[in-house]
Amino acid sequence: MQFFVDNFDLLKDAFLQTLSLSLLAGLLALVLGTLLAAMRVSPIAPLRWLATFYVETFRNTPLTVVFFFMIFGLPQIDFVIDFFTGAVLSVGLYTAAFVCEALRSGINAVAAGQVEAARAVGLTFGQTLREIVLPQAFRTVVPPLGNVWIAMVKNTSIAAGFSVTELSAVLPRLVNADAGDLTLVLVGVVAGYLIITLPSAFAVHRLERRVAILR
Amino acid sequence: MRIATRYAATLAAAAIALTACSSDAGDQAEDAAENTAEVNTDAEFEAGTTMAELNEAGSITIGTKFDQPGFGLLNPNTNTPEGFDVEIGKLIAAELGIEADDIEWTETVSANRESFIQNGNVNLVVATYTINDTRKQLVDFAGPYYEAGQDIMVAEGNPEGIEGPEDLAGKNVCSVEGSTPAENIRTNYPEAQLTLFDVYSKCADALRNGQVDAVTTDNVILTGLVEGGQGAFELVGNPFTEEPYGIGLALGDTEFRNWINDVLEEAFEDGRWADAWDRTAGAITGQEAPEPPSVDRY
Repeated sequence: MQFFVDNFDLLKDAFLQTLSLSLLAGLLALVLGTLLAAMRVSPIAPLRWLATFYVETFRNTPLTVVFFFMIFGLPQIDFVIDFFTGAVLSVGLYTAAFVCEALRSGINAVAAGQVEAARAVGLTFGQTLREIVLPQAFRTVVPPLGNVWIAMVKNTSIAAGFSVTELSAVLPRLVNADAGDLTLVLVGVVAGYLIITLPSAFAVHRLERRVAILR
Repeated sequence: MRIATRYAATLAAAAIALTACSSDAGDQAEDAAENTAEVNTDAEFEAGTTMAELNEAGSITIGTKFDQPGFGLLNPNTNTPEGFDVEIGKLIAAELGIEADDIEWTETVSANRESFIQNGNVNLVVATYTINDTRKQLVDFAGPYYEAGQDIMVAEGNPEGIEGPEDLAGKNVCSVEGSTPAENIRTNYPEAQLTLFDVYSKCADALRNGQVDAVTTDNVILTGLVEGGQGAFELVGNPFTEEPYGIGLALGDTEFRNWINDVLEEAFEDGRWADAWDRTAGAITGQEAPEPPSVDRY
C-alpha cells in the first residue's frame, strides 16, 4: 500500500493524461468518423473516393507509424506541433477510420425503404442522412463503437514512446526507480486503464439496451 | 541443350559468388578470433561453485545491449554483438575456459536486466549497467569495470550555449523514460523541461528537428549518437555524475562475484582491459583508454 501512497501523484497525473488523451482523441474520431461515413455513402463520387482513400490509408497503417509521422515527419516540412497535440491527432485520426467503418455498417443496415420514403417526401440527401439514416445507424452500432473506444483507450499507450507521460510511460520510470515493486507497478498501471474501460463497457451495455430498436 | 548450358553457367557463377561470400565471412571470423582473449583451457574450480558449473557446461549466457555503439551493438552480418561490454564478457568467459563462440548473447534492455538475472535467463549482465544501492538489493555487482558519467549532447555549434547541467534551466532536454539520467535531471535540475521518449534514437531525431535543445544521458551513449549523427551533433564534454558500470549476477553468489573481481583486476594489470577498450569504444571516440577504475568489493 505504501507504494501507492508514495507514487499517488505520479499515477494520478498519468491517469489524467491518459483520460484526457482518450477523451480528446475519441471526440475527434467520432466527429471525423461520422463525416467520413457520410462521405462514403454520398452521391458525389470524388467525396466517396477521398473518404475511401483516407480509411484505407489509416486503417492499414500501424499506429506507431502514424505517431512517427506526426512527431518526427511533420517537423521535417517545418510543421512543428507539441507532443500532446501530436498524440491526440495520431490516435484521433487513426481511430476515425474505424469509427467510419463501424458507422457505415450501421448505415447499410438501415432498410432501403426508409431512404426511399424520405426521398419520396422530398428530403435532400443531407436531410435524409441527418434525420432518418444516422439516428437509426448510431443505435445499431453502439456495441462496435464501444469496441472501437476501448481499443482506442489502450492504443493511447503508444504515446508513451512519444514523450507523453501517460499511464504506460510510468511503467519504465517506476520499474527503474524500484524494480522490486514490479508487480505493484503493473497493478497500478492496469488499474488505471480499467478505471476507464470497465465503466465504459458498462455504459455501452446500458446505452445499447436503451436505444435498441426493434426491427 | 543451349538452355541447359546457360543454367549450368548461371549455377557455376552463383557457386563462385557463394564461395567468395563464405570465404569473406571466414576471414572476419578469423580476425575476430585473433583479437579475443586466449581461452584458459586449464581452468579449474572448486566443485559446487558457479565457475565450476559453467566450466563444466562449456557455455555461458551473457546479457548485453544490442543497440549501444562501442559497448554492445549487434552486427547484423555475424548476428553477434560487438563492443567493450562484449569484450569484457569474452574476457570473463575465456577465464572460465569457455570459447567466445560458446557464449550465448541475450539482449537485455534497461528495464529487464534485474528480472533476467533473477529468473536465471542469463548468467551475467554486462550492459552499461550502473551500480547503485537499489539495484544491489536485487542483484550482485562485480566491478566496476568502467566509470561513465552523465553528459549533454547539443546540436552542432552549440547554438544555445549549453556548457553544463546548470545551463539547462528553461531548455527542452531529451532523455529516456525510466532512465537514471532522466531521474537525475528531474530531481536535481527541476527547471529543465524534460522530454522523454522510449529510446535514445528518438531523442536524436527530436534534436535534429529542433524539437529539443539538448539530449542528456551517459557519455558513452551520447558518443554513439554523435557518431551516428554524422556531424549534426556535438558532445558538451563535461560529465557531471559518476556512473560506475558493473557486471550483474545473481544475488548472494559471492564466490562468483569475488572471482570476477579477481579476473577484472588481472585484466586491468596486464593490459587486456585497455586493449579491449582500444579495439571497441576507443576506436569510436579516438580517446585513449582511461585509468581503470578500482574494483569495489562491497
